[in-house]
Amino acid sequence: MKQKIRIGCGAGFSGDRLEPALILAEKGELDYLVLECLAERTIGLAQKRKMANPELGYDPLLERRITSLLPILVKNKVKLISNMGAANPLAAIHKIQEIALKLDLRIKIAAVTGDDVFSKIDKKSEALENGIRLENNGDLLAANAYLGVEGILEGLKSEAQIIITGRVADPSLFLAPMIHELGWNIEDFELLGKGTVIGHLMECAGQITGGYFADPIKKPVNKMEILGHPIATVSIDGSAIISKVNGTGGIINLQTIKEQLLYEVINPHAYYTPDVSADFTNVYLEDLGENQVKINGGGGSQKPTNLKVSVAYKAFFLGEGEISYAGTGALERSKLAGEIIEKRLKGIVDEIRIDYLGINSMHNGQFKNESVPYEIRLRIAAKAKSKADAERVGEEVEALYTNGPAGGGGVRKYVNEVVGIVSTMIDRNKIELKITTLNA
Amino acid sequence: MKLYEIAHSRAGDKGNISTLSLIPYDESDFQKLCEKVTVKKVKEHLGKIVRGEIKRYEMPNISSLLFVCQNALAGGVTTSLALDSHGKTLSSALLEMEI
Repeated sequence: MKQKIRIGCGAGFSGDRLEPALILAEKGELDYLVLECLAERTIGLAQKRKMANPELGYDPLLERRITSLLPILVKNKVKLISNMGAANPLAAIHKIQEIALKLDLRIKIAAVTGDDVFSKIDKKSEALENGIRLENNGDLLAANAYLGVEGILEGLKSEAQIIITGRVADPSLFLAPMIHELGWNIEDFELLGKGTVIGHLMECAGQITGGYFADPIKKPVNKMEILGHPIATVSIDGSAIISKVNGTGGIINLQTIKEQLLYEVINPHAYYTPDVSADFTNVYLEDLGENQVKINGGGGSQKPTNLKVSVAYKAFFLGEGEISYAGTGALERSKLAGEIIEKRLKGIVDEIRIDYLGINSMHNGQFKNESVPYEIRLRIAAKAKSKADAERVGEEVEALYTNGPAGGGGVRKYVNEVVGIVSTMIDRNKIELKITTLNA
Repeated sequence: MKLYEIAHSRAGDKGNISTLSLIPYDESDFQKLCEKVTVKKVKEHLGKIVRGEIKRYEMPNISSLLFVCQNALAGGVTTSLALDSHGKTLSSALLEMEI
C-alpha cells in the first residue's frame, strides 16, 4: 500500500488539446494519467457511429491520443484510465491492442462494460426532466448508466495498465486509483467523499490551472498557449496538493480552485456520484505558493441505491444561417432580413430563433447596449423534422444575397441532427458489470 | 460599482439548470456579498434569462456563494436554439450587477 499517489488529468473533454497529456506522462512523475473525454451527449453521438460501423463508437481522437502517449506511458510506468470507450469500450481496447502491437509495446488493456442499459430501462417510464415518457421524447438511441469505481477497481486488480470505460461518473475515474493504491475501504464514505472532491476538481483538466479562468483585466494568466494540466498528489488521509509540471503555462491559486470546486454543483451538501454523496461545505484550501494548493477536508455519506441513466434520443434537425450587415443602418437592415426569413420559413420549421449578434444573442436583451455596434451578424436557428426542411434555413439566408436588404455579406449555413438527452434512474443491482482484458 | 470589480464567477450547466459561483477576490468581502447579492436581486437581475427558482448556497469554508438557477437554459443544453446553449456566458451577466 502506498502513502501517496500522483494522478494527472490530461484531457477534460473529448476535443481537448493533445500535448498536455504527453507533458504530464513525460515529466509529471505520475502513477496514473486520466483522460476524461465523455460529455453528456457524446455517447449518443458515438452510438450513432457504432450503428453505422460496429468497429467504431469509441472516441474519435483515441487513435491519435494513444499512439502518441503509449510509448511514454510504458517507459515511465504510468497507468492510464479513460472513458474514451464511449459507446464501444470493447472496440476501443482492440484498437489499442493493434496500436501497441504496431509499436512493439507489451501491455495489458482492460475494458469496463455494463453501462449500456438500453435493453433494461422501461421506455414507458417518465423522463426526470420533463415528465414525458422516454419513448415519446423521440427515437431512442442509447441509454447509459453512470457507473462508479467498481469496474475500474477490477481492472486495476487484473493488473491492466490501461483501463477503458464507457459512461462512468467523472470523479470515479480518479477515485478508483486512490482506493486501489491507498487501501481505502469502499464503504468508508468519509474518505470516498474527500477523494470525490479531488476527482471533481481534476476532471476538467485545464479548468483548474487557469484555463476558462483568464481575464486580462482582473485575472491575468501566463502562457496559456502552453497551459499545463493538473496533477493531484493524494495522501492516504484524503488530502491532496494540486500542482502542474514546472515550466508549463497557467496558474493554480485559491481562485482557480474555488471556481472549479463549485463548477456544475447543484447541491454542495450532497454531490451525488455512484460511489458516495460527497459534502463540499467543509473543504478547506491552503495556498502553498508556486502554483500549488492544498485541499483539506471534504467528506461524504452513503452512496445512492439507484444510478442515473442518460438517455439519448433523436431530437430534431437544426438548421442555421448567418449573414452580416455593417455601417449606418446595419441593425435596421438586419431586422428587415430577420422579418423576411421568418415569413419565408413559416409552416416549414417548428421553432425559430433570430439573434442579432452584438446586440442580444447571449442574454435575451437583459442588458441594454447604449450604442449599436458598427457591424451586426444576423443568426437564424430553427428546429425542423427533416434534414431537407432544416436546410431551407440556410438556403433562405443565402437567398438574401439577391433578394434581401442592401449590403449583406458572409453567409454561412449549417445543418445538424441534434441528439437530445433526458434522464431516468436504474437500480444498481440491475447493472451487469464486466471486465474484458487483452494483452499486447 | 459592478460585482465584476470585487468578485469572479464561473457558470456550469446540468440540463436546464445553470450554476453560477460568486467568489470575492478578497475573502473579507464575503459578508458584503452575502448581504448585497440576495436571491431576490439575482432574480431581478437575470429576469429575462432565469425563468425558474433560484437557490443560494453560502459557503463560508471557501468564502463563496453558489446560485443554482432552474429553467435557465432555454429548455436545456442539448435542445436549445441558443447560440450559447450551455449558458457559459451567464457568469459575465451575473458580474454586471450593480451593488
